[in-house]
Amino acid sequence: MVEKRPALSAAAYAILALGVAIVALPVYVTFVASTQTLDQILEVPMSLVPGTELLANYTAALTSGSERAASAPVGRMMVVSLVVALTVSFGKIVISLLSAFAIVYFRFPLRMFFFWMIFVTLMLPVEVRILPTYEVIADLHLLNTYAGLTVPLIASATATFLFRQFFMTIPDELAEAARIDGASPMRFFWDVVVPLSRTNMAALFVILFIYGWNQYLWPLLITTEESMYTVVIGIRRMIAGGDAATEWNIVMATAMLAMLPPALVVLLMQRWFVKGLVETEK
Amino acid sequence: MEKRVVFRSRWLPYALVAPQLAITTAFFFWPASQALFQSLLLQDPFGTSVQFVGLENFAHLFRDEGYLASFRITVVFSVLVAGIGLSFSLLLAVMADHIVRGALVFRTLLIWPYAVAPAIAGVLWIFLFSPAIGILPYWLAKIGIHWNHLLDSRQAMTLVVIAAVWKQVSYNFLFFLAGLQSIPRSLIEAAAIDGAGPMRRFWTIVFPLLSPTTFFLLVVNIVYAFFDTFGIIDSATQGGPGQSTTVLVYKVFQDGFKGLDLGSSAAQSVILMAIVIGLTVVQFRYIERKVQY
Amino acid sequence: MAEVVLRHVSKSFGKTQVIYDMDLVVADGEFVVIVGPSGCGKSTVLRMIAGLEPVTGGVIEIGGRVVNDVEPKDRNIAMVFQNYALYPHMSVRENMAYGLRIRGMPKAEIAEHVARAAKILELEGLLDRKPRELSGGQRQRVAMGRAIVRDPAAFLFDEPLSNLDAKLRVQMRLEIQKLSRELGTTSLYVTHDQVEAMTLAHRMVVMNAGRVEQIGAPLDVYLRPASAFVAAFIGVPPMNLLAGRVGEGAFTLGNGLVVRLPAGAPRPPFGAEAILGVRPEHLAPVGEAEAALTLTVETIERLGADTLAHGTFDGNPMVVRLPAEATLQPGTRLALGLVPDEIHWFDPQTQKRLDLPGG
Repeated sequence: MVEKRPALSAAAYAILALGVAIVALPVYVTFVASTQTLDQILEVPMSLVPGTELLANYTAALTSGSERAASAPVGRMMVVSLVVALTVSFGKIVISLLSAFAIVYFRFPLRMFFFWMIFVTLMLPVEVRILPTYEVIADLHLLNTYAGLTVPLIASATATFLFRQFFMTIPDELAEAARIDGASPMRFFWDVVVPLSRTNMAALFVILFIYGWNQYLWPLLITTEESMYTVVIGIRRMIAGGDAATEWNIVMATAMLAMLPPALVVLLMQRWFVKGLVETEK
Repeated sequence: MEKRVVFRSRWLPYALVAPQLAITTAFFFWPASQALFQSLLLQDPFGTSVQFVGLENFAHLFRDEGYLASFRITVVFSVLVAGIGLSFSLLLAVMADHIVRGALVFRTLLIWPYAVAPAIAGVLWIFLFSPAIGILPYWLAKIGIHWNHLLDSRQAMTLVVIAAVWKQVSYNFLFFLAGLQSIPRSLIEAAAIDGAGPMRRFWTIVFPLLSPTTFFLLVVNIVYAFFDTFGIIDSATQGGPGQSTTVLVYKVFQDGFKGLDLGSSAAQSVILMAIVIGLTVVQFRYIERKVQY
Repeated sequence: MAEVVLRHVSKSFGKTQVIYDMDLVVADGEFVVIVGPSGCGKSTVLRMIAGLEPVTGGVIEIGGRVVNDVEPKDRNIAMVFQNYALYPHMSVRENMAYGLRIRGMPKAEIAEHVARAAKILELEGLLDRKPRELSGGQRQRVAMGRAIVRDPAAFLFDEPLSNLDAKLRVQMRLEIQKLSRELGTTSLYVTHDQVEAMTLAHRMVVMNAGRVEQIGAPLDVYLRPASAFVAAFIGVPPMNLLAGRVGEGAFTLGNGLVVRLPAGAPRPPFGAEAILGVRPEHLAPVGEAEAALTLTVETIERLGADTLAHGTFDGNPMVVRLPAEATLQPGTRLALGLVPDEIHWFDPQTQKRLDLPGG
């Protein structure tokens, strides 16, 4: 602040606190519901004080899921989500590192054509090519498989661009010194480029992990078996029966579980997260 | 900007780009070209007969009241999400930029909704707004508002807008805060010495300097509302009641997967592609301009 | 150690030719400095020798072997870069060891090489630091260490001191001189700084616009510049150059002012167009009667060891080097005499030196 005006500062804190409260409200209520019995939740209005069923609800969710909705155990779904999120984020990082390295450090016929091919995928989100992509996966017999869940999501124009931008800032002399030192291109890649890209990889990882974990439309299309549901899909199926049939205490515990890993990644890796967000949008 | 030529190999660069190209070809270009192709065909749901119909699917769409309504709904939805989301986040960011202590703490408290899946966001909000058991309808009833988004289409729209805005607040807030913090303190101090009060400083100095960020976020929010809110809609309203929250992306899904109207779904995909391309071009134009200054 | 030979080497980037028909023989153990203004092609020459740029025409030999198509790593050379090009994530030790490791040298032997180089360069205490924890001078030494451990046939230096501040540069210059004396390795050193060239070189190569202007020992180049360009480029402040026509005992400049030529000074034939060159230290104040020219002083720079007086003569800027205690101020008219043996003549067309017998 330029001038000292205690009233203004107090107002600023108040508005921020209110904002935080509004933003936190749904998660708080969800948390409270996840600690109550179903009957307590169905009381109108439900109590906003945490109940005593936390352990029971989470255990029930993790080990057996929502029995009324005949869902798989949430523990299983979390494993599927984790595998998908990790495969997608590592896959994207590896594939993009390699293509960016080729595009920046080599000159070869069709280089720019390939570059534009990768670029254009930015304009083809899953949402606009739902059916034909589904058909490809079906033809390849990849429905209800990890490969089907992850591989089509692994191409990444954004990550390729980010790495390309970063490689451009690596001094040319470093590559030349490596050449004189006798390093082959791949040796240079492993010994110099990859270690130098660590911060960028961490930043991307946060963004991509969330992206992978939160996938919805794609797994919705290609998984029909309980055992291959991600937690985000699983929760959707648990509430499909409508209010009366929904075991809200279990659903809310599942929702908390579904939010936890990506939220943790964001909060623990906040520095890289902010960097990742800002840089992937350049 | 290009590197000096550094490494030479006949095959290595191709091997390096191959995985990415294989995936983009199999899962992006092939399906996209299929969508283009199918959009020109008329196929019955059982796949027994296929007929080339040219642009008939498109013509049909633009005569279809349902599709045009979906277009209008998408526009209303995007405008509301972008407008409310940007205003709310800007307010919070300005306040966070104002305070001397604790800006980082507030940042931490505000960024985590980014991590929540859209579909989960939808679930959280329908629980809060559930006409039978939700806590918000109970409070609303006390001030005379009868809430039932399962019947009232305006309320359904309100619900999905709130859920969509909620999820995007983190992103907008981060960018606004970064934008605000990059405005040189000396400019604001100079304006204060010139006698401008806080409000006046905001509207005459800060807001204009923030306009690149605002414009960028506007485009991002529109893209978000168009394409990334599928999960919210599907978990919160399934496009209903009636068609009142069926945005374009949701309609492609419904017509293709539920209605099995392949030609129409493909034509809708093609239209969406055109929209994404348009928005991407706008975004890149903007980035080029940003680079120049 | 080895000889480095360039025969008729030329280089083009697309349609632009940047090096024209260059010949150079760097003898075994010799320290040769290539000097020239930026853009003259000197770095390109070095990079061609290193193998970082392909040669367009001609032949490069290192140690008697044609290396035109040999990869940089197989040329047995080491290079020190202007920005050091140290691997930022590796320690000093790893930076120096990297090239040896790639070549598959046994660990113990690598450690031995690194230790020896570190000792020579006094880097022993810094081996486990990362480059960012080092000062500019220390980084420079690590870069040289990386070159030394390899024990190469030739060192290539690409403006290694230009990222250092003035004081460090002087110090590193002395260190490089000492080092090259101790190691005796063939060295090619590129710089735009003529002081570095003068102090380090056994022989220097002056380049301009892709062509070699002169090759010779530093003092020879200084005393007998082969062209007007070399005369102006080597020496601080540069040689004064005046274009005009030779008359009877005098030299008439473009605007009509006249330089009186001392008796016995070599001169081009009567009526010839020429460029007259004279170094600032070879102009001395004399009585009006013997003066070759009279300069009105405009600016004075007192450097401590001596004093520089700047002025214009017939539209040409001129500098005179005077003793430190010279009493003068702006506006002072200096009557200056020429020493017959210290006058240089250049052809205005070819810009080449004219070697003329004394008159």
